[in-house]
Amino acid sequence: MKAKTADRIATAVIVCVAGLIILVLAALLGYLLVRGLGHISWHFLTSAPQAIKAGGGIGPQLFNSLFLLVLTMIITIPLGIGAGIYMSEYAKDNKLTAFIRLVVEVLSSFPSIVIGLFGLLVIVNTFGFGYSLLSGALALTVFNLPMMVRLTEQSLRSVPKEQKEAGLALGLSRWKTITSVMMPVALPSIVTGSILASGRVFGEAAALLFTAGMSSPRLDFSDWNPLSPTSPLNPMRPAETLAVHIWKINSEGLAPDAPEIAAGASAVLVIMVLLFNLGARWFGRVLYRKLTASK
Amino acid sequence: MNLPATKSQNGSPNKPKKWRKHILEEARGKVFVYFCVFLLVVTIFSIVYFIASRGLAPFISQGVSLKDMLFGLKWKPEGEPPLFGALPFLFGSFTTSVLAALIAAPLGFCASVFMTEIMPKFGRTVLQPAIELLAGIPSVVYGFVGLSVVVPFLRDTFPGQGIGILAGAIVLSIMILPTVTTIGTDALRSLPNGLKEGSYALGATRWQTIYRMILPTTLPSLLTGIVLGIARAFGEALAVQMVIGNAPHIPHSLFESATTLTSIITLEMGNTTSGSLHNNALWSLALILLLMTFLFVFIVRMLERRVKR
Amino acid sequence: MSAQSFYTKELSVYYGEKHAVKRVSMDFPERQVVALIGPSGCGKSTFLRSLNRMNDLISGARIEGKVWIGDQNIIDPSTDVVQLRQRIGMVWQRPNPFHKSIYENIAFGPRYHGVRNRKELDEIVETCLRKTALWDEVKDRLNQSGLALSGGQQQRLCIARSLAVQPSILLMDEPASALDPVSTAKIEELISELKQEYTIVIVTHNMQQAARVSDRTAFFFLGDLVEYDDTQKMFTNPSKKSTDDYISGRFG
Repeated sequence: MKAKTADRIATAVIVCVAGLIILVLAALLGYLLVRGLGHISWHFLTSAPQAIKAGGGIGPQLFNSLFLLVLTMIITIPLGIGAGIYMSEYAKDNKLTAFIRLVVEVLSSFPSIVIGLFGLLVIVNTFGFGYSLLSGALALTVFNLPMMVRLTEQSLRSVPKEQKEAGLALGLSRWKTITSVMMPVALPSIVTGSILASGRVFGEAAALLFTAGMSSPRLDFSDWNPLSPTSPLNPMRPAETLAVHIWKINSEGLAPDAPEIAAGASAVLVIMVLLFNLGARWFGRVLYRKLTASK
Repeated sequence: MNLPATKSQNGSPNKPKKWRKHILEEARGKVFVYFCVFLLVVTIFSIVYFIASRGLAPFISQGVSLKDMLFGLKWKPEGEPPLFGALPFLFGSFTTSVLAALIAAPLGFCASVFMTEIMPKFGRTVLQPAIELLAGIPSVVYGFVGLSVVVPFLRDTFPGQGIGILAGAIVLSIMILPTVTTIGTDALRSLPNGLKEGSYALGATRWQTIYRMILPTTLPSLLTGIVLGIARAFGEALAVQMVIGNAPHIPHSLFESATTLTSIITLEMGNTTSGSLHNNALWSLALILLLMTFLFVFIVRMLERRVKR
Repeated sequence: MSAQSFYTKELSVYYGEKHAVKRVSMDFPERQVVALIGPSGCGKSTFLRSLNRMNDLISGARIEGKVWIGDQNIIDPSTDVVQLRQRIGMVWQRPNPFHKSIYENIAFGPRYHGVRNRKELDEIVETCLRKTALWDEVKDRLNQSGLALSGGQQQRLCIARSLAVQPSILLMDEPASALDPVSTAKIEELISELKQEYTIVIVTHNMQQAARVSDRTAFFFLGDLVEYDDTQKMFTNPSKKSTDDYISGRFG
């Protein structure tokens, strides 16, 4: 009888913990949305922040985050896919491969602040890129690359062997087989994973403090010449992202409505991450259906 | 047969032009992937090299002793003479991350068991997405919620200001919960079915099976998850910095302001001039973070080796 | 390109220490179907896969001996395998169409090998689909994915795909074993037609199939070629006892 009682208690505890976790998530999202949504308006999303007065927005920060994400993915995706192809198709089973695997693992374990510091030392100072979108994008590339490599490797490995053999048997080169036969099969999971990775990049702040910087110049949204210093598209300008902005106003915000702005910005950030999450699932499914024509 | 003639079939099979095309294509592809991998390797070596070259400078050329930094209690970089005791930060980092793991480990274990043994369907459709979502929430948002919910709650419930080690540990525990849970769940799922059924067949209850059979068999994997969680907590910067208070001394209680390695770097790196002793000392702290990463990876590898055996 | 005869000389394949195919010498006359039979693990698939060097993909596999196609020993390291494989079509046990449209499944190979003209490609696609008796079934939906077809249709699509790059030899690794009886009959019929233009080697577990489609049959056992003769003789009056035992179902 005692064993039965223990079993019941344990089961109850486990179920309670599971419930608690869901509750924490619900409370977290609920809190952010309830506190934040009220503050979100078109004006809030588009106007520039105010240093001391109330009523500032997060327009430039939101733009910076999105632009930085695009820049990062443009650099990361080809590099990550290239290295992933190497790991899955070209790497021989030897010491060198084991070493590269270790490199990827260590790189993915580095705290993002360390990567930010590396960016400060090498990209910002040594390369002389200064606090800029480009520096930020390069730092985020270091941060994101290991994930992209693993993702590509796993996706390619799960492609049935016969697909590869069919390509080779037609007299395609190995490279053509990988890019034209295996890639289409692996694409849905690579896309899904990349969108999820984008969510992570979008919310990253620690790697950006000392690379993309903590300030944003006055942006002229009518000037789309990437070389002009006030153009939003200029990759050499400093750019405070949404996540960095949240951190900054929490630690040194002077505006009287700083807590509201933080809440609103956090809600926007979380909504974006939710969108990335749902988008990844949805897009992956659609792509899979389109590529396999299954219903 | 009347297939239209393709170019490839005119002439002998050894036609040189054809040869060049696919060999060139293959070579280009190989150069590209080797370049990508080379870049990865170069990146990691330059990270280590650059941070070490700055971080070792205080010990090599600027007269700070390693012992003073690792065991010194006072951090007064601008004082006369400057003091670089980093023990309070080390203490802060270790206690917050270990405490976070202590909170997250049982929760994560319960969640894993729930998803694999108790209600797999509900677990897969509700709990798992919930945990994935927790993993996706940015750390500054955790920091913000920690600052506006956890800290006031602690301030009202316990003596002190609310900020401090416990606040940091609570925030971190939620952040590392997905890591611990995901790895635990994978380990439980990969258990051979016969093992569990054998135990049930002997008349053991579910809890007895979990406790006597599943827990010991999956322990190395569960520990891997916990170590990875600690590693993540140890390196997390902003969320902790926002709730821990940032007073550079060893606190007397869990509710007193403290500092971690990451938070002191975050706070001071921007305010020091490059090359100064104070600045270089911060790089030494970054070097410690780097070395800790290597240590964590090493421990994880050791544990994984045990899993394989 | 027309059907081509070829022969192997003392062909051995090793997987690490394991001697999987032992000094097999066989000749494959043009426009004939040769069936390779034998119990699982007897080396017949390995043998087949070394004829287009597909075993190169398996780490630890090693080939010795010679395979002469025309005046070229394809085992020679200087052989350009990419080019070699274009001359040798292959069909697998499970249908493996590319994740592309029906049209692209077939046009992809020839286009890679230099056919750019859309009209020429259209012709190739139609010819290949007609040869595999698939044209009437799919001509109105060439832009649909190849994966939308039934299993038997997919397998015929895969055969059509391999014909499109104009091989002279076709290797088939149990091409019908994953299919239903009706589709199997269609594939067998197809093989009998294709042998007018190609030299065909087929691995099969199905003794009746070997008897129905092949001109010559080779019996493999434990990596050895036990007996190789006209199919009719093999099935009525084999000269080795173990062949007789296997064919009459006493083992394997």
